[in-house]
Amino acid sequence: MKTEVRRRWRPSAIAWGLGGVLLPVLLWEGYKAVGPASGVSVGGMPLLPRTTDLAMPHVWTMLQRLLAPESSAPGAGPMWVAVLQAAGFTLGIAGAGWLLGVVVGLGLAMLMQRFRSANSAMLPWIILSQTVPLIAIAPLVRRWGSQLEFGPFTWENWMSVAVIAAYLAFFPVAIGALRGFGAPEKAHEDLMRTYALGWWQTFLRLRLPASVPYLLPALRLAAANAVIGAVVAEVSIGLRGGIGRMIVEFAAAAGGDPGKPWAPIFGAVVLGLAAVGFVALIGALLRRYRRGEQAV
Amino acid sequence: MNTRRKPLTILASGLAITALALAGCGGESGDGSAAADELTPVKLQLQWFAQAQFAGYYAALDQGFFEEEGLDVEILEGGADIVPQDVLASGDADYAISWVPKVLGSIEQGAAITNVAQIFERSATLQVAMADSGIDGPEDLAGKKVGSWGYGNEWELFAGMQQAGVEIDDIELIQQAFDMNGFLAGDIDAAQAMTYNEYAQVLETENPDTGELYQPEDLTVIDWNEEGTAMLQDAIWADTQRLEDDEEYQKTTVAFIKAAIKGWAYAKDNPEEAAEIVTGAGSTLGTSHQLWMTNETSKLIWPSTNGVGLIDEAAWEQTVEIALGTKNETGATIISEEPPATAWTNEYVEKALAELEEEGVDTKGADFAPIEVELQPGGN
Repeated sequence: MKTEVRRRWRPSAIAWGLGGVLLPVLLWEGYKAVGPASGVSVGGMPLLPRTTDLAMPHVWTMLQRLLAPESSAPGAGPMWVAVLQAAGFTLGIAGAGWLLGVVVGLGLAMLMQRFRSANSAMLPWIILSQTVPLIAIAPLVRRWGSQLEFGPFTWENWMSVAVIAAYLAFFPVAIGALRGFGAPEKAHEDLMRTYALGWWQTFLRLRLPASVPYLLPALRLAAANAVIGAVVAEVSIGLRGGIGRMIVEFAAAAGGDPGKPWAPIFGAVVLGLAAVGFVALIGALLRRYRRGEQAV
Repeated sequence: MNTRRKPLTILASGLAITALALAGCGGESGDGSAAADELTPVKLQLQWFAQAQFAGYYAALDQGFFEEEGLDVEILEGGADIVPQDVLASGDADYAISWVPKVLGSIEQGAAITNVAQIFERSATLQVAMADSGIDGPEDLAGKKVGSWGYGNEWELFAGMQQAGVEIDDIELIQQAFDMNGFLAGDIDAAQAMTYNEYAQVLETENPDTGELYQPEDLTVIDWNEEGTAMLQDAIWADTQRLEDDEEYQKTTVAFIKAAIKGWAYAKDNPEEAAEIVTGAGSTLGTSHQLWMTNETSKLIWPSTNGVGLIDEAAWEQTVEIALGTKNETGATIISEEPPATAWTNEYVEKALAELEEEGVDTKGADFAPIEVELQPGGN
C-alpha cells in the first residue's frame, strides 16, 4: 500500500525537485536581467548585489567554466573533475569527522542518560563547547595533534580537520540522542522493569529504537555541521586538496574569470547533498523505527 | 528479534565500510626518503598556502638543496588562522616565514624569536588606483575610499599617509576582501595590492572600456619603497633560545639559510620551472598567475644589495621606527618600545653567504633581469 502511494507521487515529486533547482536559477537570472547594475542600497547600506557580470556571472558562464579546463597548463583536466576530486577529498574528511562526532555524541548521551549526575555535570559543558569559535580551536587542534606521535603513527593535518569537523558534529547528536533515549513512555520503561531487564538491556531494546526519530534529524544536522566544519577548518589550518582551499584560492580569480570562483561552490553543494543523501540512506535502513516521526 | 536487529546491523556495517574507505584517504606526507635517517629533520612554517611567494623554499626542496645540506625539510603550509611566529615560538616548527612588523608585535608580547635572514629586501605592498582617479601619491588619498586588508597589512599605508600629512580621519577606510572586485566595481578608489598577487589579479581582468585586459598604464600605483615607508617583509625566523644554547641548531640554521638562498637563486634563473614546482606542491593558482608571482617575488630579492638574507640595519631601523610611531585607526601602534637585541642577527646568514661565496654561488644577482610574464584572463 505504502509503495503504491509513493509511486503515485513520484512524477510530481520530480517536478517539485526540478522546480527547486530551477527556481534559484530563474531568480538569479531574473534579478540580473532587471536589477540595476549598481545594485540596490538604502542610505549607503547595500541591500541587493550589483548585477554586473563580475558580481553575478550568468549561470551558464558558471556551467561553461565547469566544463572548461581547470587552467591553461598543458594537460589540465576539465574543471568539474578537479572540483569533484576536491569535493571527494573533503567528503572523506567530513565523513571521518562525522563518524567520530556520532560516536562521541552517542557515548555522551548514553552516559548522561545512565547517570543523572553526568547529565548535570556535562550538559552545560557540551553547550558551552559550541560557543567557542572555530578560529580559536583550529590552531590548537593542529598544535596538539602535531605533538601526538606513537610508534609508526604520526598525526597528519587532515586528522586535525576531521577532529574539528567532529567537534561541530557531536553536538546535535549528543543533544538529539539524549532526548531520544528519554523518549519511551513510562509504561514501557515499567514493562522492562517487570521483565527484570537491566539498564543495558532496556537501552538496547527500548531506548535505542525509540530514539531513532530523534536521532535521524540529529545525524543530518551533524552531517551538515561536519561538512561545514571540514570546509572551514581546511582554510583555517591550511590543508591542501579539499574544496575549502579551492574556494579561497579561486576567489582570487573573481575579476578575470568570474565563473571560476563558483566552480568549487557547486562542489560544496554536491558535497552537502552527498552527506545528506548518506544520512537519508541510514534513515531508509531504519525505516521500521521511524513511527511517529514528524518531518523527514 | 532477529529481523528487528537487522537494520541496525546493516547500519553498523555501513559505518564500518565508511571507516575503511576513510582509512585510505589523506595519506599525503610521503616525503620520508630512505636516506632520511642521516638527515636533520626540519619543519618550516609558511605564512600562507603554497604559492610562488615561497618558491625558493619549494625549489630548494625539489632540487635537493636542503638534502645536500643534510636537512630533511618539511614545509608546513599556513592557513587563515595559523600565525607562523606562534607556531615557531611554541616549538611546533623550527623556522617560520613571516613579515617583520607582524613579528615585532609578537616579540613584544613575549615570543622569543629571531630574524636570521631577511629574504625579501623590498616591500611588495602597493596601493593601486585607476589612472583617471587623480591618485598619484599618498597625499592624494585624502577624501578617497582607501582599501586595506587590516590584520597587520595596513602599517605601510598608514605610515605613508602620516608622512604625507593625511590623517586616518581624512580617508574612508574600507575593509578589503581577498579579491579585487571591490576595487574593480569602484567601491574602493585606492586598493591595497601585493605586486605578486592582487596587482596581477587586476591585470588579469578585462577592462570594460577597451574590451582587453587592464594594462599597467590604466593604473597608478603608490609604491611604499619609493615613498620611504616600506617595512621589511618575508624573513626567516628562528627560535632565540635554541640559537643561544643549541649548537646543533646553530649549524642547522646556517645550513637552512644556505639551501634556501640556493633555492631562491634557482627561482631567479628558472622562473618557469620554479612556478611549476610550486604548482606541483599543491597550489591551484592559475599558470600565468603563478609565473607572474615567481617573477615578482624574485624582484623583491634580486638584485640583492649586500647578499640575499643579510639584514640591512637601516631598513630594520625604518621598520622599527614605523612600528613605534604609526598609529592605526584605533590609535594603537605595533610596539611601544624598541625590540630586544635578540630580534635579529646577521651571524648565521653571514656564515651561509660566505660558504655560498666559496662554492661560487652568486648571492647578489647583480645581473638579474626579470622576465616578461604575459598574464591570461583570470590568471589561467
